[in-house]
Amino acid sequence: MSVLRSGSNLEKVLKAGHFALTGECGPPKGANVEHLKEKGTHLVGIVDCVNVTDNQTAVVRMSSWAASLILMQIGLEPNFQMVCRDRNRLAMQGDILGVYSHGVRNMLCLSGDHQKFGNHPESKNVFDLDSMQLIHLAKTMRDEGKFLNGEDIDERPRLFIGAAANPFAEPCEFRAHRLAKKIAAGADFIQTQCIFNMEKFREFMKQVVDMGLHEKCYILAGLTPMKTLGMARYMAKFVPGMDVPDPLIERLGGAGKGKVAEEGIKITLEQIEELKEMEGIAGIHLMAIEWEHRVPEIAERAGLLPRPEV
Amino acid sequence: MIVGKQKPLEEIWNIVEGYRKILVFGCNTCVAVCHEGGNKEAEILGSLLRMKAKQEGVDIEIKTGGIERQCEHEYFEKAVEDIEGADAILSLACGAGVQFLGEKFPGKTALPGLNTTFIGVVDAPGEFSERCIMCGDCILHLTGGICPITRCSKSLMNGPCGGSNKGSCEISPDVPCAWHLIHDRLKSQGHMGLIQAYIPAKNWTTSRDGGPRKQVREDMRMEKETVAG
Repeated sequence: MSVLRSGSNLEKVLKAGHFALTGECGPPKGANVEHLKEKGTHLVGIVDCVNVTDNQTAVVRMSSWAASLILMQIGLEPNFQMVCRDRNRLAMQGDILGVYSHGVRNMLCLSGDHQKFGNHPESKNVFDLDSMQLIHLAKTMRDEGKFLNGEDIDERPRLFIGAAANPFAEPCEFRAHRLAKKIAAGADFIQTQCIFNMEKFREFMKQVVDMGLHEKCYILAGLTPMKTLGMARYMAKFVPGMDVPDPLIERLGGAGKGKVAEEGIKITLEQIEELKEMEGIAGIHLMAIEWEHRVPEIAERAGLLPRPEV
Repeated sequence: MIVGKQKPLEEIWNIVEGYRKILVFGCNTCVAVCHEGGNKEAEILGSLLRMKAKQEGVDIEIKTGGIERQCEHEYFEKAVEDIEGADAILSLACGAGVQFLGEKFPGKTALPGLNTTFIGVVDAPGEFSERCIMCGDCILHLTGGICPITRCSKSLMNGPCGGSNKGSCEISPDVPCAWHLIHDRLKSQGHMGLIQAYIPAKNWTTSRDGGPRKQVREDMRMEKETVAG
């Protein structure tokens, strides 16, 4: 990890050895540019880069690439997301070139939630490539300057390549191995699924460190502050691959009326403190979805401000 | 084998009611195994349609019949008279059979009475599930004998994804996570190296994505038979 691969802000922050903080901003369900900019403004100067989701949960929204360009206008660095559900290899390569030409420098390669979850369940899905193959593709385009078919690319896209890891989805014993596969395929950085079961996460990181994966790739721990008890219960029951332990739900329940959000933030802050010291963790990925206005406060209270200038 | 599901009676009625003479025509191989389109089912459906016609006060002649397989020329020989005697044939064969019938008897209208659903197996009496989507480039030797293209909802080749939910696919607790199955199978066989290996991008040209497929065995070709009708 000696020469800059993309020159993105996130890459520079991580390379310089700072504890990174990334955020998330979902595109609008329409062309409401002003609302997107409003949400994004809360994160300016607060995070090193912002994930821009791609038809998340298979609900149609403004494309990630488009929202990424809009957020760049207000001074945010996007982490452009691409799922394998909606695009084939032609569209993927075309879009990678497209976003790069507009200044996007980070890309997160994901499988994508099945369209059954979303608002267009009758659609055909694509899955021409899987996330592993997409990571490999982005790396091939960047480092070899070649398309998937071996042809030369006229001006290669230099993206900082990211992927996701979910330590909590079964088979759990395989998750560190799958992370190893993603790193071998070309992942420069990883953002994990949001962590609520710290015990399990510690076990996962121990395996990751034993395998030396943290030295080959920057691992950012995903966190989501719980706003309400309902949210905690919903995530425990209905979100696949999510592990929300009962003691956490009980703690939120015991917080008292009107105090659950503050308790949720407290829990996140405690997690951040532990993660700062945990071996192998290079930063935090804070997913405060539709709660962007609380991110500055959380970052401040976690001692993560000001963000480093690199 | 090919599995299918008979269309709902209302839908079938809407399909046939404009014709005067219908032959409800079963196929007694694949779709008889799942009890949806065999010759017996054709008889039952025929009765239901006659009752429906009576209810609706529609004058329509409904006969029933069937052959062993609607996907091969030779089996049609016995049924030529029945078919010629009808305006339209409500075929209960899979989509291949319905079309073949239409090709052999272009003067007749071939109508589908069945929705062809998948290639699958009989897990237990009355229970059928999908196993193969005919990608044309089998990788079962790499995945412990479990097909991820078919059984993983996302056709992942390097799964499982992060949505795997306690052994089930994220889309439903009734659908097993194919990659969880593959992992456990390879682990029990001492072949973990296979799931740790990267499977590169698939060449989809051998699947339906490459266009409708055809296969010829030169050593088996004969003088071309004249197609009846």
